[in-house]
Amino acid sequence: MKYAARRALRAVVLLFGVSVLCFLFTEMAPGSFFDEMRLNPQISPETISGLRARYGLDQPLLVRYSRWLTSVVNGDLGFSVAYNSPVAPLLWSRALNTLLLTTTAMLLTWLMGVPLGVWSAAYRGRWLDRVVEAGNSLLISIPEIVIALALLALAVRSRVVPIGGMISIGHEDLSGAGKVNDILRHLLLPTAILVLAGIAIVIRHVRASVVEVLDAPFVRAGRGLGIGRTRLLFRHVLPVAASPAISLFGFSIASLLSGSLLVEIITGWPGLGPLLLDATLARDVYLVIGGIIVSAVFMIAGNFIADLMLLVADPRIGTGGLNEE
Amino acid sequence: METDRSASTPERQPLLRVRGLGKSYRRKGAGWARTDVIVAASEVEFEIFAGQTLALVGSSGSGKSTVARCVTRLEKPDVGHVWLQGADIAHLGFSDLRPFRHELQMVFQDPATSMNPRFTAAEIIEEPLIIQRPGDKSAHRVRAKELMQEVGVSPQWANRPAMEFSGGQRQRLAIARALALKPKLLVLDEALSGLDLSTEAQIANLLLDLQASHSLAYLLISHDLALVARLADMIAVMAHGRIVEQGPVAQVMANAGHSETRALVASARVAQANLAALGAAL
Repeated sequence: MKYAARRALRAVVLLFGVSVLCFLFTEMAPGSFFDEMRLNPQISPETISGLRARYGLDQPLLVRYSRWLTSVVNGDLGFSVAYNSPVAPLLWSRALNTLLLTTTAMLLTWLMGVPLGVWSAAYRGRWLDRVVEAGNSLLISIPEIVIALALLALAVRSRVVPIGGMISIGHEDLSGAGKVNDILRHLLLPTAILVLAGIAIVIRHVRASVVEVLDAPFVRAGRGLGIGRTRLLFRHVLPVAASPAISLFGFSIASLLSGSLLVEIITGWPGLGPLLLDATLARDVYLVIGGIIVSAVFMIAGNFIADLMLLVADPRIGTGGLNEE
Repeated sequence: METDRSASTPERQPLLRVRGLGKSYRRKGAGWARTDVIVAASEVEFEIFAGQTLALVGSSGSGKSTVARCVTRLEKPDVGHVWLQGADIAHLGFSDLRPFRHELQMVFQDPATSMNPRFTAAEIIEEPLIIQRPGDKSAHRVRAKELMQEVGVSPQWANRPAMEFSGGQRQRLAIARALALKPKLLVLDEALSGLDLSTEAQIANLLLDLQASHSLAYLLISHDLALVARLADMIAVMAHGRIVEQGPVAQVMANAGHSETRALVASARVAQANLAALGAAL
């Protein structure tokens, strides 16, 4: 597994670079967590400078960075001033909520998008393809936030699904199945938004790669051999057409933690989105940096998984080529 | 049409007889909702007898490949008849065609793209066997290796991916795939055009050997008259979708009547000299 080791090493270097950039940029950003307090005449400047010293914010950049690195090694990912707690447990509980939402949305998107893409490619130019294509164009041209607001408005008026948050008031009193049901009902709206925002790209991508392979001479040759439509599609076309779709699937994994931030904020889903937004507004520097680092880890891991899947799915790539890079 | 060979040999039924074949394509033209109709083939008539080679020649865009695709029924002709051993296949549906597929196979111009890049050599050759006679896997594998041997590719490489073979070897595999069902007619659509001269000569020899041993008939689509002179008995010259001249190769080439034929003969002289020199060297 020399290849995996090389990839891991590169990932560490990359994360190091990301963290350095994070520190530099947050350093350049104006303001700090204690600016609000400074405006309050009841809090003396001595108290504030005492707090700054307590959280180590008075130290030079390099010292803060090395302290932060130590806390990363310890698994704390820094210390949140606002929550008065290490960053890691804060991120962890919110990241689980985000993953619940994005994984559900991703699975639904792909389970519907791939068959629709293959289907409209196989029936290219017929009415089904046209309907799908029209829907795609519509969805791609509408920004995610508009889709989100439209669905939100719809949900408010219809009152079919709960709006905002992840659990109802009184969630604690429900039975086990009731709790699951409650969360699923809350999951419905943000998932629908994410699926609508993402599915058109999957359909387009899958359709394009299937169409490309359908036009390949070997498929025509296969028709000439008398291979039926179904066998041609499943045995000949789809394995070849899968590679680009697998790459895109890898990007989906990579964006599991970062792809839903906006939707979470709009629908009040208690994931990383609202947490990081609040932390940014409050200048809770280490929480923001922690969130970015965790997203970056997912990004790198997702791409790695995509490459591994491509390796398994497409013998033409081969480890040789990847080892050489 | 200057010759009608069926009249001269009425007792012998041709393997393939094409009558009044026509095919046109619609293309989106300039302007809104306008379509141009392009006549790719019109009133094409010829026949091929068992063990014989008919070369269909002409410059690019003359409609040769359209005729090939209509004959192999990769496309449906608009009008006309294609009799294969007495049965008209011109307007049959896909599943009705299946019994005729093993009589008539096609070898394409580019073997790199006419084979599934994910398949091994043996899988490529087995595919038509599996379609026509599902079942016995090991028998298919044995047959695939026999065919590899026959076209001059070592059966040891049966499990190598098709992409790892050279152009000439891939074209040999394509021929093996076409031969798998023991067809009586092979349609070679520019099958030798993508190869270098020495490989082309080798494959041409292979085709002659296979023709002799299996009494195969070939419909050779080509723009290369030197190759045609080597392989074909009969020639039909196409221009603008029509056959403008046809007859025995030597006769047509010696007394080229149509300007298209004369142009092809002129352009072939250099290539012919090269091939002759190569033949002497081999």
